[in-house]
Amino acid sequence: MIERRVRSIVGADGVLDVDSAGRLEVAPRSEAECALLLSAAHSERWSVRLAGRGRWTPSDAPADLVVSSRRLAGVIDLNPADLVMTAHVGTLLADLQANAAQEGTWIALDPPGTSRSLGSVLATGTAGPLRSGFGAVRNRIMGLTFVTADGRIVRVGGRVVKNVAGFNITSLLIGSFGAFGLITSAHVRLNAMPAAENTLVGQGPRHNLLGSARAILATGTTPAAMELTRDRSAWSLSVRLIGSETAVAADRRNITAATSNFDFNVLDGESSADLWASTGATTDATSVTIRMGSLQSELETALDLLRAELDGDANANVSVSVLSGVIRWSGEARASKIQNLRNLAAERGWPVTVERAPWEVLSRVGHYGAFRSGVGRLVTSLRSVFDTRGLLVTPLDKIA
Amino acid sequence: MTIPTAALEALQDTVGEKWVLSGRVDLETYASDGLSTHHSNPGAVVLPGTRDELVQVVRVLARFGIPVVARGAGTGLSGGALAGDHSVLLVLTRLNRVLEIDPVNRIAVVEPGVVNVQLSDEAEKHGLHYAPDPASQAVCTIGGNVAENAGGPHCLKYGVTVDHVLALEVVLPSGEVVTLGTKSGEPWGPDLVGLFVGSEGAFGIASRITVRLTPSSSFVRTILAVFPSMRVAGQAVTDVIASGVVPSALEMMDKNCIAAVEASSYGAGYPKEAAAVLIVEIDGHNEDPVDDDCRRVEQILRDSGATDVQSGTDPAHRARLWQGRKKAFGAMGRISPDLMVQDAVVPRSALPDILEHVDRIADKYSLSICNVFHAGDGNLHPNINLDSRDEGEAERVRRASAEIMQACIEAGGTISGEHGVGTEKLHFMPMVFDSVALAVLRDVRRVFDPEERANPGKAVPADSFEMVNSD
Repeated sequence: MIERRVRSIVGADGVLDVDSAGRLEVAPRSEAECALLLSAAHSERWSVRLAGRGRWTPSDAPADLVVSSRRLAGVIDLNPADLVMTAHVGTLLADLQANAAQEGTWIALDPPGTSRSLGSVLATGTAGPLRSGFGAVRNRIMGLTFVTADGRIVRVGGRVVKNVAGFNITSLLIGSFGAFGLITSAHVRLNAMPAAENTLVGQGPRHNLLGSARAILATGTTPAAMELTRDRSAWSLSVRLIGSETAVAADRRNITAATSNFDFNVLDGESSADLWASTGATTDATSVTIRMGSLQSELETALDLLRAELDGDANANVSVSVLSGVIRWSGEARASKIQNLRNLAAERGWPVTVERAPWEVLSRVGHYGAFRSGVGRLVTSLRSVFDTRGLLVTPLDKIA
Repeated sequence: MTIPTAALEALQDTVGEKWVLSGRVDLETYASDGLSTHHSNPGAVVLPGTRDELVQVVRVLARFGIPVVARGAGTGLSGGALAGDHSVLLVLTRLNRVLEIDPVNRIAVVEPGVVNVQLSDEAEKHGLHYAPDPASQAVCTIGGNVAENAGGPHCLKYGVTVDHVLALEVVLPSGEVVTLGTKSGEPWGPDLVGLFVGSEGAFGIASRITVRLTPSSSFVRTILAVFPSMRVAGQAVTDVIASGVVPSALEMMDKNCIAAVEASSYGAGYPKEAAAVLIVEIDGHNEDPVDDDCRRVEQILRDSGATDVQSGTDPAHRARLWQGRKKAFGAMGRISPDLMVQDAVVPRSALPDILEHVDRIADKYSLSICNVFHAGDGNLHPNINLDSRDEGEAERVRRASAEIMQACIEAGGTISGEHGVGTEKLHFMPMVFDSVALAVLRDVRRVFDPEERANPGKAVPADSFEMVNSD
């Protein structure tokens, strides 16, 4: 019955898969089809999992219907004079960057993982190292269209950089892991392509690298990215400078002066960009990615806690945005380990977000799962605004 | 006055008799905010002196089911801090302590009544400042900035209030206290900090605010460019932004505004024959790139058609170039008994067309409109001089405002960039949002305030609200 009704909405080629239990994975082509699908699911009480291209959300989460955004693809509008691009969320971020580059612009987003779609980045709120210089994902998105779990199409925000009309539903949707509905398109803020780029890379003991990072920040410099990374047992500090030739050269001089007892290799434009692309790609080989928020001054303690709780996996990757104090860990971990870490971190005021994990892990810990007093009730009530029957399979909290 | 006596007594018990105002003259003091054309006497005014008093006051009001309107310095320009006689106005100016400055992590924790510039002054001791700088920053409060998601000239480079708020302690209208966000900016769940900032007091009252501080620039250059037409100046704005240089501010004034400034005691020496001037500020931590960017922008402005370009490096010269812009509202306010300060946003590339459209609207309704605004953000402020006692003129202003809003929306923009919706823009909301989105906004509000007692009748129109016809 589900299959017949769904096929009538998305057509035969819109059905990607039907498993032995009759569960369907479908890929609608338009927001109107998304609305019809979710409206049908609402009236029939089908549970629904929202998926991008299946790489960042757990593909094994149980649901009657999987709605993929992969065919909601393409750039709707690109206006270099206004530095704004409107795109469907199934578009790969790499394709958006290529489109933007043709107009002398770029998107200051570098989330971990390869083949990330715009929708995946928005739903998970996963900013990468560029967060230091350009802010969180919400800073890059001016407005969006989404479909609620009962099939309402909602347009919020706009395509202008300042906008205070109406509550900021755009921010609520970003990083909500699809708990409030399916984002179908977004207005993305662009930046003019910088003239120059350098990355300074140094290796050494973690403590020394953090000391160098603090010395750099003490000069008042705010690099586009400053990432402390661990690949197996080796630690590196990479400092990305973006801007005019003169600005990059001046920052480089300041950094060299502030860290005179430290050896940095300097990578220029292309090799600099390659380094950052490879840094993000390392998460693909793992199944669990966690984000922990501490403060810059607390990083040593936070990293020690992470090592004590999760370092059974020697192949795990650790990436630390030094300025924002955010640590991203990618590796293999059991739910009980993550829960222990989350409990201990919460005592220190550090939230632990599970950005990605197999369903067996995610269902037991939830993406957030450590709501502060009162916040859990607000989030539950907000979910009921958009998903009145609780049909969206998004474990913000652990599944009881 | 319709606040029950028992409620007033409970409020006096909470904050002391001195801090509960209910006399007619006292209430009149709080009958307006920065939107001088709107007046409304609150039922009572309460000024809590501590966070605990604030929480207790909100709980008393919840117990009696009394609507509550929070107010900072009362500089808002959308009527957001006006309260009716069934409401209690909660004035937060006594909660004015900077609780913590953490220079290492570039963070400050403040009470909501801290004045914007007071925070920057404290942070400056550590080479830092609080970046959002609304025109009223010498008096407006951080709590008010959070409620309105305030902007300011330097938000072009540094972002608006929401980009600088990391965490909030919030007193919900029920009196429950919740903490949203963390000092790192990482959330405990979906982004409730982003949702709360700009909610115009409809979700509750921020009792403690954690903000990001920004390193202060060591080198600043200010450029003043004179243009023969608004269209040419508007195109210059687009050319500067497209160049990749990110000015810290890019402000525009039109001929009416220049005339008002130059006729006042704030005269900055702007050429009276100019159709428009642009003020561009470039800042940074290194002298060479700042000078490079400055030269580049000067050249772009000349190539775009500026008839005169001058720049200043020393503080006195820069202050003189900025003077007219900073005193523009005061100068325009001298012209007529009232000033309607409008606020709308368009995509930058639409600026030349929209400015000419505003001119035509001014002619159509025989009104004097001065434009002074954040051109780099496409954030217009058409200011309409009027005497609100003249009902005919007031009606023409209402119709002109509606037409300006309609034109901005049609150009791909919106009805407010930084002043908020309040009461003043409520009837324009259906121009921007369809009925589905408006219903969602109302539902989200009820999550925080099921009884809709927090700043009632503001920000989002009620179900039955009808849109003003601009024809």
